[in-house]
Amino acid sequence: MARDISLRYGAVQALASESIDVPSGTLLAIVGESGSGKTSLLRCFNRMVTPDAGAVLIDGQNVRELDAVALRRRIGYVPQSGGLLPHWTVERNVALVPRLTGQSDPLRSARAALERCGLPVSKFGARLPHELSGGQRQRAAIARALAASQDLLLLDESFGALDAISRNELLDAFTTLRTEIGFTCVLVTHDLGEAARLADAIAVMRAGVIEQVGTLTTLRDAPASPYVHELLARAQASARVLCE
Amino acid sequence: MMHERAGERTTRASDLMRRLRSGIRAPCARLSAYAAMVLAMVVTGAPPSVKAQAVTARPVVIASKPFGESYLLAEMLAQLLERSGRTVQRRMGLGATEVAFTAIRTGAVDVYPEYVGTGLVAILRDTVTPDMRADPRAAFAHVASNSLRRFGVHWLPPLGFQNGYAIAVRRETATKHGLRTLSDLAASPARLVAGFTADFIGRNDGWPGLQRNYGITFGNVRPLAPAVKYQAIAARSVDIIDGYSTDGLLAKYDLVTLDDDQHFFPPYEAAALVSTRLMNADPGAVAVLASLSGRLSEARMREWNRAIEVDGRAIPEVAQLALDAVGLGAAARTTGDSIAPVDRAGFWRFMLDRRTETLRLTAEHLRMVLIALLAAIVVAVPLGLWLTGKPGVATVVLQGLGVVQTIPGLALLAFMIPLLGIGTVPAVIALFAYALLPIARATIAGLRVADPDAVAAVEAMGATPRQALLWVRLPLAAPIVLSGIRTAAVLTIGTATLAAFIGGGGLGEPIVTGLGLADMRLVLSGAIPAAILAVTVDALLALAERVVAPAHLR
Repeated sequence: MARDISLRYGAVQALASESIDVPSGTLLAIVGESGSGKTSLLRCFNRMVTPDAGAVLIDGQNVRELDAVALRRRIGYVPQSGGLLPHWTVERNVALVPRLTGQSDPLRSARAALERCGLPVSKFGARLPHELSGGQRQRAAIARALAASQDLLLLDESFGALDAISRNELLDAFTTLRTEIGFTCVLVTHDLGEAARLADAIAVMRAGVIEQVGTLTTLRDAPASPYVHELLARAQASARVLCE
Repeated sequence: MMHERAGERTTRASDLMRRLRSGIRAPCARLSAYAAMVLAMVVTGAPPSVKAQAVTARPVVIASKPFGESYLLAEMLAQLLERSGRTVQRRMGLGATEVAFTAIRTGAVDVYPEYVGTGLVAILRDTVTPDMRADPRAAFAHVASNSLRRFGVHWLPPLGFQNGYAIAVRRETATKHGLRTLSDLAASPARLVAGFTADFIGRNDGWPGLQRNYGITFGNVRPLAPAVKYQAIAARSVDIIDGYSTDGLLAKYDLVTLDDDQHFFPPYEAAALVSTRLMNADPGAVAVLASLSGRLSEARMREWNRAIEVDGRAIPEVAQLALDAVGLGAAARTTGDSIAPVDRAGFWRFMLDRRTETLRLTAEHLRMVLIALLAAIVVAVPLGLWLTGKPGVATVVLQGLGVVQTIPGLALLAFMIPLLGIGTVPAVIALFAYALLPIARATIAGLRVADPDAVAAVEAMGATPRQALLWVRLPLAAPIVLSGIRTAAVLTIGTATLAAFIGGGGLGEPIVTGLGLADMRLVLSGAIPAAILAVTVDALLALAERVVAPAHLR
């Protein structure tokens, strides 16, 4: 849960006293254009960004009062590029957080996470990231974000850089994974279609302000602002072109 | 001939240093003294106290500047002292006047031969009065008293000959145009082409003054490197050159020197300089050195210079002959440790004969480079790390290191002398200073390009900054850091040849001596191994670069 979050970069107001709630086990999608402040808001959750005012609460605890390093080890993070270490094997990459938290056998957790994400260890474990396809790399990145049984995942355009087919496969796989494990997610995306497919709730952001939070149905049937209305209309129009 | 008797090449640099010195001397001295102590321990493997004891009972240090006659005079003085039962340490071929004089002023060197005119023009920077031009004794008295008063350096009575500027033409040119004096030259309608060394063209007591004084004009004045001027006049590329009156090559090429009938040039009498340290520590040695005063003549010096420069006789041998000839000979013991015999046999034979010496010098060279380079890595890599993420500070620090880089090598070495004396230690410190910039810069560049997404991801998942550094940033930066080290290594191997100018040894030794004696084989016997060393080290580091490259780049 994020309460009254404000953030400035010099003269630029990135976030203006915004509040948002993510119930445990659900996926919140933050949708907006570049520069809307969605990534800044996401980064407040693991203290990669510290808001100028307001508080982020995880399980009722203010993250500002927690040790940043310990906090981050509890939260998975999947950037658009995957962010895998190019000089480490896939297995070693995925074992990162278990190793950081001092698990006795980090590789065992890594292998389990890889199998769950559809990357058989025997085939992919010893490969280097550049030997994987884009989709496989994002799977590995998701495996890494889950290998230490993190219960909150931050996804920053994690599916955005893939071709349509791999993306579709990955979205299916991700949905299955969520059903199996049931972790909480905050997903940042510019694509309303992706949000619609994955999210329990969607927050529409524009210029540092959350215009509306709600389910897809609410956004469609009762848009809180002309911007939300237009966003939905545009997405519907392009979907219709595809259907006809 | 690399007859840099007035420190021509280092003059501008020494001006710079003089200005620098006043401002930064104190902190610099403290720092450098500490660094020197540490390095001295590394170099000798002994704590500094052992060195300090050695200083009190040290041998007499005799130096020369890097040209034939200076080598010969220094060797003669050295042999005289050795015959009197004293131990002598030779520091031959110090890089020109600024280096040699600073060394004797600070007591790093005890004795070296110098010329009155150089003392007047380059060391004291005094005006040459008509009185001094007319009477060499007046000039000597002025230089001797002022050197002692201002710098604490003693001039022993002159050795008995002058080695002044000699404007020389081919014999046929002299005959054809009836040239005997510089006044004849001024009056002659002949359109001659002059080939002058760059410093002679630039110096007020050189070509500009000569032109003013006599009203001489030429068809053309071409700048020539000292090493090629005799070949150029022999090949008729030029008609007239600036030489020195005792050059052995004047006779070899049958050149005629024109008489300075209006006494434009200051007198260039040769004399031995002695440090105050030696004067106090061993007056007997000074008496032995003074026994050579007044015994030499211009004709004899020309003959002996010729034996060295033209016939390629070994300097210790010629020095012994010369001492015999002036009645000071006896079974002088010579070690000949720093003057290699000049052998005019075939090139490969020459290289083969020198192989033991070459190996020793290569090892010395490599040791100097390794110590400087390792120290630079130990300092510059952490410095680069520290500067990453501080762009403002980084700019200032890198600019500071860049300024060090722009100080000419010889000037930086000369700057070290007052603080650290001469020899290997100041050379290593100068090399260290040069190696800092490429390594620090490469470290910063390497860290900057190290996959920012990967770095951000590990930090976002709870790696500490230290873990991110050791696991991600450094391994990803390693190839670029190593390429910086590689650049520094090759640079250092090249620059280390300059160490010979301050008695630091290494492969520069035969290069400096060879340049002084116009002996290309000797030059190559240093230059070729230095080049091979550079290429080899570069190849080895290229290999290391492949090994440390992160897996995905291999």
